[in-house]
Order: sequence, then C-alpha cells, then structure tokens
Amino acid sequence: MTAITHHIPDELLIAYAAGSLSSVFSLAVAAHVSMCDDCRAQLEAHEALGGTLLEETPSETVAEDLRARVLDGLDAPVAAEKTYHRSGIFPAPVMAALRGLPPKWKPLGLGVRQMILSHTAEGSARLLYIPGGQGVPDHGHNGLELTMVLQGAFRDETGRYGVGDVEVADGELEHEPVAEDGPACICLAVTDASLRFRSLVPRLLQPFFRI
Amino acid sequence: MCRPAASRDFFDPVAMAWRIFNMFEAEADLVLEEGPLTATVVSGANRAGERSKVTGKDYAETTMWMLAVRDHRDKVAFGRLFDHFAPRLKGMICRSGLPAAQAEDIVQDVMLTVWRKADLFDPGRAQVAAWIFQIARNRQIDIVRKERRPVPEELRQVEQTDVDAAQVLALEQETRALRAALKRLKPAQRVMVERAYLGELSHAEIKAETGLPLGTIKSRIRLGLEKLRHELKGTDRK
Repeated sequence: MTAITHHIPDELLIAYAAGSLSSVFSLAVAAHVSMCDDCRAQLEAHEALGGTLLEETPSETVAEDLRARVLDGLDAPVAAEKTYHRSGIFPAPVMAALRGLPPKWKPLGLGVRQMILSHTAEGSARLLYIPGGQGVPDHGHNGLELTMVLQGAFRDETGRYGVGDVEVADGELEHEPVAEDGPACICLAVTDASLRFRSLVPRLLQPFFRI
Repeated sequence: MCRPAASRDFFDPVAMAWRIFNMFEAEADLVLEEGPLTATVVSGANRAGERSKVTGKDYAETTMWMLAVRDHRDKVAFGRLFDHFAPRLKGMICRSGLPAAQAEDIVQDVMLTVWRKADLFDPGRAQVAAWIFQIARNRQIDIVRKERRPVPEELRQVEQTDVDAAQVLALEQETRALRAALKRLKPAQRVMVERAYLGELSHAEIKAETGLPLGTIKSRIRLGLEKLRHELKGTDRK
C-alpha cells in the first residue's frame, strides 16, 4: 500500500474533536483516522487542546446526589455494547455504518454500483464501486463532498487518490474522476449537498445525485 | 449556560472554592511540587512482575488517579476524578446549551464510561483531561442525537510494559506548555479558540476564521505530535 498523501482538512478534524461535525462527515473522519496515523495524531492533538479547555472550564456545581448515583453505578452490570471491527477493506466505522454486513450494491449503469449508508437532511453517505478503467463523467458538487478510497485508486484533474486518500471537493470543483486499471475502485463518499435532480447531468448519472 | 447570572456564580462558595482550587492547581503546574510523596504507579509493568517506581511529584494528580482506577479499580481515586471533572464537565456541557438536569445525566454517563473504559486509557498518548474530553463529546452526541457517533478504530492496546514514564511526563509537559500558550492569547483569540473547540463553530466557520491562532497552538503541540506519530507508526491495529 502506498502512503496516504491526501488528508482530512484540519478544520474538519477540529470540528470532529469539538463535536460540531455532522454525522456523515464524522463517518469520513473516523474512517480516515482509522487508516491514517498522521491524522490520528493530529486529531489527538486537537483533543489535547479540548482537554486543556475542559480543565479551565468554569465549574458548575453538581447536584449533591450525583456523586453517590455515579459511585452506586460502578458495579451495576451493563449490557455489552455492540462493537464492529475492520473487515477486509472496510475500517470499523464503515463496518458500523454497514451494521456488520457486506455491502448490498445497486447498479447505476456502466458497471458503476453504489450502496447508500445514510441519507438525512444534513447529508448523505454512500459506498461507490467503479470498475477499473471506468470514468465517471464530468460533474460538479453542490456542497462539500469527501471521497475516501477503500480499494483501488482513481485519478482526476487534481491528482491520484489511492487507498486511504481523501479527495475534498467543494462547490467549485468540476472534475472527471477515472478509476485506475486493475481492481475496482471502492470509495466512501459523503456530502452535505442537498441531493437533487440536475438536468445538466447526463441522464445515466442522475442517480448519482438524486440517490 | 446553566446559570443565567455570572454574579451568582461569583458569590457561590462552592464555585469560589473551585476557583481557588484551580488557581492553586495552576500554580502547582509551574513550580516543582515538594514533599517526599512517593507512589508506585501501577502500569502493566507490574503485571509482568516488575515495578516501576515513579514519584508522585512526577505525574500529574489526575494521571495518578486514572492509573489507580485503570489498574486497581480504585474507587477512592475514581471519587477524586469525579470531584475534579464532574463540575467542569457540567460547565462544558451546559455551555453547549443543554438544561442542567440533562447536563448532569450526561456527566453521570461520561463518568461511568470513564470507569468502564479505563483499560483504554494510555497516559503516553493522552492526558486524562483530553481522554475525558473525547469521551464527553462522544457520549453527549450519542445521547442528544440518539445515534452512535462514528468513532475511529481503537488502536490495539500497547503492551503496558512499554509505557514509558518519560513519555508520559513529556506529554504532560507539552500540555502545560499548551495551557500556558492559551493563557497568552489575546482575549478575542481565546474566545475564538473556545468557540471552535467547544463546538460552537461549524467546520466552514473554523476554516473562514482567520483570527483563530491555530499557528500558535500548533507550534506548541508539534513536539508532542511528532512523538505521538512516531509511537503510532509502530502500533498494530486490531
């Protein structure tokens, strides 16, 4: 595996550490940090700053019985929480989004497939499967889109993206990604764009945007 | 905020005691603590049959308490962690706009999580406050949004025998330097840092905020970061 060269922008790491990042972007951050030691160290450094602020936060008196309630709870039995582990190309946070099951792909034409992981008012997350050598026609972005490679690689006007790399596409980027020859390129794509029909987009690719 | 009037907080004897305690503690960060207090820090080294002696004046109090909780399930030490962090956690959670009762429910949940997940605490990678900060963010989001926040994979626990007291101390030193750097910020910058790191700005706002002194912060944490990077490179995953 080649080294990861395209990372999560710092403002997204800070927003993740601070808890202000939406759930779909949090998925991309958690997936990338699972695979990228540099971003893990960077995130933990931001958390160090958060910890420093916690130390200096003005205290609020807690209810008198809170301490007793917590101490009483120490020995209480707790249901084991469901945990997910990395499986094949999918890091644990992606496995959690898949609820531990293999992806159920839906064909989009031209051999391209996708699986929607979540689709809410604040954005959407999906897995994309693009056969080796296959291009995705020119398209733009409504909002911010992060695309992280899980298998294979793709190239576009901005460079080459291999396993673990994240492409950050904002409203200004018009690009034409092409999967490299070889194994299919599988990506995690998250966006906060309102996914809606765009007449300019080739008919075949409408599902990409409409979902 | 849980309390509308700052003046009330000012005259609240408990809050006042906390402030004095905090001032004292901040001072203690800067001077060498005295006294012969010596504690045996129980790390995994003990499990391997060795004893690493670390003096009490070397590790921060909170680190000692957390290690006692992790390695001995020490409830007295946990009580001290509670007394130290619960009011701060409540302050931080209230700042995000939740009512006091719900904030306390989250504090309770966070402190119980600290107890249950203590074995994941690695003083060579995170200070207690940073570790609890991250737990608090996760639990608050899980509870408020009623969904599980996506979290990175846990690194496989480093063999406890590898925990290097020098590294723990270096990290604590970096954190003190970071705290000192924060104190030197201009008030407006300080406000922006708090807003960014306590969840009051979106990622787009953080990116657009040119007054955010990230350069200052980063130059302070760079050393610790490099060290952390080096450590992580050699760590296997689950």
